[in-house]
Amino acid sequence: MAQNDTLRKKPKDTKGTLLKLFSYMGKYKFAFFGIIVLSLVSNVLGLLGPNFAGSAINEAAAGVGKVNFDRVFYYAALMLGVYILSSVMAIVISIMMTRVSRRISENMRQDVFEKLLRMPVGYFDQNQAGDIISRVSYDIDVIGTCIATDVTQILTSIVTVAGSLIMMIVISPLLSLTALVTIPIAIGYTVRMKKVTQPLYSKRSKSYGKLNGFVEEMFSGQKTIQAYAYEEKVEERFDKINYDAADIYREAEHYGCTIGPTVNVVNNLGLALVAIFGAFLYMYRLIALGQISSFVLYSRKFSGPINEIANIMNELYSALSAAERVFELLGSEEEAADIENAVELENAHGDVEMQHVNFGYLPGKTIIHDLNLKADAGKLIAIVGPTGAGKTTIINLLMRFYDVDSGCILVDEKEIKEYRRKSLRGAYAMVLQDTWVFNGTIFDNIAYGKENATREEVIAVAKAAHIHSFIMRLPQGYDTIISEDGGNISKGQKQLLTIARAMLYESRILILDEATSNVDTNTERRIQKAMRELMKDKTCFVIAHRLSTIKGADRILVANHGDVIEQGTHESLMESKGFYYSLYRAQFE
Amino acid sequence: MKFIFGHMIKYRGRIVVQLIIKFTGTAAEFMIPYVLEYMLDEVAPSENIVKMIICGLLMIGIAIFVRSMNIIANRKAVRIASECIYNIRDDLFRKTMELSGSQVDKYGLPSLTSRMTSDSYNVQNFIRIIQTMGVRAPILLIGGMVVTMIMDFGLAMVLFILVPLIIASVVIISKKGIPLYEKVQQKMDTIVRIMRENITGIRVVKALSKEDYETARYKDANREMFSSDTTASVVMSLPGPIMTLIMNIGLTVVVVLGAYRVNGGITKPGVILAFLTYFNMILMGVNGINRIFIMTSKANASAGRISSVIDEGQDLVTVYGEDGFEGDIENKKGTASDNKNKPYIAFKNVSFRYVKQGNEADEYELTDIDFELNKGSSLGIIGATGSGKTTVVNLLMRFYDATKGSVIVDGKDVKEYKLTELRKKFGVVFQNDVIFADTLHENIAFGREVDEKRAMEAVTDARAAEFVGEYEDGLQHKADIHGANMSGGQKQRILIARALAAKPEILVLDDSSSALDYKTDALLRQMIREHYNNTSTIIIAQRISSIMNLDNIIVLDDGHIVGQGKHEELMENCKQYRDIYDIQMN
Repeated sequence: MAQNDTLRKKPKDTKGTLLKLFSYMGKYKFAFFGIIVLSLVSNVLGLLGPNFAGSAINEAAAGVGKVNFDRVFYYAALMLGVYILSSVMAIVISIMMTRVSRRISENMRQDVFEKLLRMPVGYFDQNQAGDIISRVSYDIDVIGTCIATDVTQILTSIVTVAGSLIMMIVISPLLSLTALVTIPIAIGYTVRMKKVTQPLYSKRSKSYGKLNGFVEEMFSGQKTIQAYAYEEKVEERFDKINYDAADIYREAEHYGCTIGPTVNVVNNLGLALVAIFGAFLYMYRLIALGQISSFVLYSRKFSGPINEIANIMNELYSALSAAERVFELLGSEEEAADIENAVELENAHGDVEMQHVNFGYLPGKTIIHDLNLKADAGKLIAIVGPTGAGKTTIINLLMRFYDVDSGCILVDEKEIKEYRRKSLRGAYAMVLQDTWVFNGTIFDNIAYGKENATREEVIAVAKAAHIHSFIMRLPQGYDTIISEDGGNISKGQKQLLTIARAMLYESRILILDEATSNVDTNTERRIQKAMRELMKDKTCFVIAHRLSTIKGADRILVANHGDVIEQGTHESLMESKGFYYSLYRAQFE
Repeated sequence: MKFIFGHMIKYRGRIVVQLIIKFTGTAAEFMIPYVLEYMLDEVAPSENIVKMIICGLLMIGIAIFVRSMNIIANRKAVRIASECIYNIRDDLFRKTMELSGSQVDKYGLPSLTSRMTSDSYNVQNFIRIIQTMGVRAPILLIGGMVVTMIMDFGLAMVLFILVPLIIASVVIISKKGIPLYEKVQQKMDTIVRIMRENITGIRVVKALSKEDYETARYKDANREMFSSDTTASVVMSLPGPIMTLIMNIGLTVVVVLGAYRVNGGITKPGVILAFLTYFNMILMGVNGINRIFIMTSKANASAGRISSVIDEGQDLVTVYGEDGFEGDIENKKGTASDNKNKPYIAFKNVSFRYVKQGNEADEYELTDIDFELNKGSSLGIIGATGSGKTTVVNLLMRFYDATKGSVIVDGKDVKEYKLTELRKKFGVVFQNDVIFADTLHENIAFGREVDEKRAMEAVTDARAAEFVGEYEDGLQHKADIHGANMSGGQKQRILIARALAAKPEILVLDDSSSALDYKTDALLRQMIREHYNNTSTIIIAQRISSIMNLDNIIVLDDGHIVGQGKHEELMENCKQYRDIYDIQMN
């Protein structure tokens, strides 16, 4: 939490964000170059259209019986050709742009994912999954859309505004003076509206976020709310949040919805000025009717993008803050790299030792104090203690999910920092309290730890974990697809699957963190033999609430408030009548 | 659609006014090119300066009038949309809050949430757009065609060929494109799923060094996302350029045709220019119709999702049995006294199976459950995962109705109670229960009249006084969403305090001490025995020590009762119970 706050307070680094964004775009610089050239040509062609149209109308305006049809056809053909070419090019540009922008999104999504896998485990303890995922599902999407539409829009707008202005001046410098009236009005209004609406829009998304969070929270507690007849209170609170959301929408749109009509009035104002002024010039024979026609068409084109630019600015702004969130994640500190000349831990023997280990998740808050522990290969070490006593922390240190603050941990008499992390972790198998399965077949889930596991091997471990008969009862047997939140498999069955998974994974050290907490006692009894088999000849670290499970351990660590307060065998600990003794007695009360 | 219009009908008066204003504004817009044409063709050649300036001012006047009308109408539309959506969300929220367990199962939590949020935004946008663009676009389109016809029927024929062509091509493309977006959404869901899996399972992934495997798996999904997203976006970006192209071809035809007609003396040159302007308007109209089309199909799907929840029937209706009507107090009293010697809580031959997607599941979750519990005594339920322990609570508190048999609380069938009356009797902690983002006091009081003193007593009884005391602000300490700033054991103790706070008639603890160590668990049970001796207690647990001292114990196996009685009795004649005991206690 604290970390989150500091991250949020960090000043916005627009320049840095832009630079990083450009480096993503840089990979496709040739495509972008092509797009720029094409859109220049396409827009210039589009601008030539009205000019030819004007010339054609000019010829047509010669009067009854005096029209030179060769000239009309000539200009009409030019006009048609220019328009067709311009449209075809517009389609090509949009296809290219879409491809490039989606490619950039793809690369970003990939980078974020790979980055996540390099992050220390602690990152996921501190950041909510929903927040991380929204950067991929929402933020990157915003960036992609922005690149695709806004970049083309900006290019088009620049070319159109500049081109129209040039054409207008070419046609009639005098008539162009009307732009001196309309442009300041349009720009002034847009700038003012942006100042008004910007804070309102960001207030609106905040209010939507609040609504979203509230609804999610209350729906997840719906049953509890019903049980305590709390509905009215919740509905009252929702009413306020709902009202605020509706109200801020109304307020933001109250101003937002004036932009369209206003730009329209500026356009029409321009048109009127052109008409009045144009008619004057026409009277004094300073301009031809066809020229007024072209001029009208250009002045329409000219003022169109001014409105667009206001919209684009809004989108650019939100894309920038989205990019900032993505780059913030990509810039987070990764798991420290393996030290130079780190060695592979191969065929580990399984001796584990902790020497004077101190550790805390937050600086200054040490929760493991001077922990010493020696586990020879093949021994069973149990860690017991109340919830929050730091049992899981010890596991985190052993597997190097976190690094110790001081002291050292040795495996096979060598400091674990000197091994390559992957090979160190490869020496462990583990079954955790939080069972984890992924969306895939049961076979894939069991075989996860061992590449090329055969069907026979998988079935063998499933039988040992007493999950085989359950699997066979499923419609597709081992090919049944299960998922994290899938209702077709219970928590206990998931845990059996992860036990089977661990059995398949060959390793010398085993970690069981409440491995059977969700398995009912009957099943637990049935799989005990398999568990013993799994634990045989391995150095085992077992965390358990049920003290009966660990009575036979070679060494029991009793943790409380982050300290290991007692160490010994069951007998010696019972004899000393300390904390362990009282814990053990409590189960019979 | 019916759903949305059903909600809009309340505002019909205001909507009619809004439509009239919008109509007036848009119609006035048509005058502008007309005046322009008149100026160029009639006034300019006549060289009448005064008339010309009048015409110019007229144009400006109309333009300002159009703007005011449009803004007034837009603002009215925004207001109506915001009020409509406020009501819809309110209805939806209330309904969701009262859905029964099986109704919630049918939709699932994420889906209910997104109906409340993104679906409601879609509907909101639709309500607004249909009032503004929905008026403007058809007027621009039809009005544009009518005006051009009046100006020059012959030239206008060009439009009659083009407009249907444009509309057809746009609609066909959109129709093809919208389902493509659904596919993109599916691909995105896959990406999100893989990410979620990797985030929740990061320890496993790292421990088994599966980073490369996961990266490859994600890469495939990512690539598929790229290609379907690109396809959908390309398809949907086509209508714009195609429309422009067709219109521009039309323009060329108009210019050429116009030249002939000017030559023949049928048409004035200014008309051609006016046509160009009207073409622009018609193009805007078609564009608007395309937007409405896309929006409608989106809003329609969203409205369907919202209304399907709101239209859910009342699942758990109160029925009044032979022995009483609601409000018939004397009769009720009589019943209560009659029941003095009857059990306080009873399950009579109860069987239950879940209803999934409208079909009853094949297997019974509970079969022939039969037990009784007297006031003030305690019941323990133990059994394997999936043996139906939680279902007993669900039936007792009537989150679901029993498929067969009857559930009795305080001498009456649960179906005869008003739901709130029934549930008022309970203090309950569910499996994986929820702490809300609020103060601890509010989390414990939970809308009931529980003052700080009483809340603190409950906290003490729940063995939570120690850690609550460590907070500087005590009971005013604020919990994060889902109690993220507390440990599992702390959360469970606050939840138990919530259940105890109102001194319930019946206390139900469903696996609610699993994160507590044995010592705390034992002290907690002792406290309940001593301070809540009038309360009937039902404890569901995995640990035998949590229930072995209770008055009556039920052993469940695969939905059947396989043993019932006191600890000693069960030790003697229930094999499953003995097994559990042996494993846990040696």
